[in-house]
Amino acid sequence: MTAPGTSKAAHSDVAPKKKKGPGALATAYLVIYNVVMTAGWLVIAVGLVRAYLARGSYHGLYYSIEKPLKNWYSFIPIYVRLLSRVSGIVPSSVVLTGFQVMSRVFLTWAVTHSVREVQSEDSVLLFVTAWTVTEIIRYSFYTFSLLNHLPYLIKWARYTFFIVLYPMGVTGELLTIYAALPYVQKTGLYSVTLPNKYNFSFDYYTFLILIMISYIPLFPQLYFHMIRQRKKVLGHVEDYSKVE
Amino acid sequence: MKQQTFLFKGLSRRRVEILDAKTKDKLCFLDKVEPNATIGEIKSMFHKSHPQWYPARQSIRLDPKGKSLKDEDVLQHLPVGTTATFYFRDLGAQISWVTVFLTEYTGPLVIYLMFYFRVPFIYAPKYDFTTSKHWVVHLACMCHSFHYVKRLLETLFVHRFSHGTMPLRNIFKNCTYYWGFAAWMAYYINHPLYTPPIYGEQQIRLALIIFLFCQIGNFSIHIALRNLRPPGSKTRKIPYPTKNPFTWIFLLVSCPNYTYEVLGSWLGFTVMTQCLPVAFFTLVGFIQMTVWAKGKHRSYLKEFRDYPPLRSPILPFIL
Repeated sequence: MTAPGTSKAAHSDVAPKKKKGPGALATAYLVIYNVVMTAGWLVIAVGLVRAYLARGSYHGLYYSIEKPLKNWYSFIPIYVRLLSRVSGIVPSSVVLTGFQVMSRVFLTWAVTHSVREVQSEDSVLLFVTAWTVTEIIRYSFYTFSLLNHLPYLIKWARYTFFIVLYPMGVTGELLTIYAALPYVQKTGLYSVTLPNKYNFSFDYYTFLILIMISYIPLFPQLYFHMIRQRKKVLGHVEDYSKVE
Repeated sequence: MKQQTFLFKGLSRRRVEILDAKTKDKLCFLDKVEPNATIGEIKSMFHKSHPQWYPARQSIRLDPKGKSLKDEDVLQHLPVGTTATFYFRDLGAQISWVTVFLTEYTGPLVIYLMFYFRVPFIYAPKYDFTTSKHWVVHLACMCHSFHYVKRLLETLFVHRFSHGTMPLRNIFKNCTYYWGFAAWMAYYINHPLYTPPIYGEQQIRLALIIFLFCQIGNFSIHIALRNLRPPGSKTRKIPYPTKNPFTWIFLLVSCPNYTYEVLGSWLGFTVMTQCLPVAFFTLVGFIQMTVWAKGKHRSYLKEFRDYPPLRSPILPFIL
């Protein structure tokens, strides 16, 4: 589950820690990474808008941004974050960052790419849009934070937009997985049946259903965590301005 | 006269105050505590004033963020004045190691047998209460059951535990792991569509030998470790090879009980059943035991200056 702008990972993955900031070289590296990612997601956003204007409808917009989404924006974050962690530049929560990236890769490759029939579903557009807007805000947030010139608007956007974007993205993801179910069952995609010499079986259909069920405990936790973060980050600023 | 009073300071009764490690609130004040009182005794006294915190769930330390003091530590040997200030942290509900072990090992034993006897609602109704036609399936059941019965008996009669208790939530975590994996493995091995090992009898025989060899090995290590420690004590000593050849592996490895468990018992079981879930269980167990072995190895090195340098944590020379 991706949850735009969400998760504890969102704060800790490539943002500098307050206590021990990265050195100059590391900062430069992180700034470049975040600028590239912001630009990348902007490309997707622009691609979506242009395709919409050209076609006049929002059906099938997935195809216009399929390549950048799959090839660039699933794997680049994985490699870069892995590199960051291995080189020790950014101490991040391995589990949560990994979780978020893996869930996004899962949706992109194991569901949308693998089951051709769902690619024209509107639900795909729903989560792609949610991810796009979130990521543009998030990576700009990191970029500006690293440069110590964070406009309040960006901070506000990062901690406010998720209120709508997160449920939007989750809805899109769940609907997409749900749409994929009949095709997975019919074709036995990624499934292994008995008998076989390894005495193992795997039912991808059931697996997808379990994934969908897992959203029930996980979504509220991440969502309310972000709400608490919002109170913490934006809350005292509002109090301060009240005092003024 | 005054000098004599000074010398006898060590014999005078102390005062102990216990503060909450987080809030620094004064929780308890003990008057007239003997200087040779142990932390364990102080915990009992604290328990009297706060009955909800039995001694096993108390962590008493000198510093709010410091390490817990041991029950055996004596008051007058600690760096405190005539009024000792301790900080308390609640470790949460505790459960005894013995209880946890018994529960987590009984589960797999029972669960596997349920699959073996093909209890209803697991496989298709026409298979209910039938038995597999492959003799390796019967053998596997015997080995699996033997393994867990051995573990239960060792828990009751062999192991000498350093800690009495562990946090309560561990029992849920551990049982989920053991019971879950047992069910997953048992499902495939006892399945009506189970495929026996490719190399047939040879493969099964070899696997059985490895399995039995390592069961004996693992048991020998448990006995050797038990004999290092007199009953009711918590002493720690370096384990050495004994007359039993199965313990000679101590020359090369710090935690041979884990070595035998993984390399032998579970690898043997995997080869015997040729079942991917078993391989997976063996792998996960191996990773976990390697983590434990490394930790144990590190604490041996820290505690004993003369620790044999040739030893590796779990795999000779490798890991």
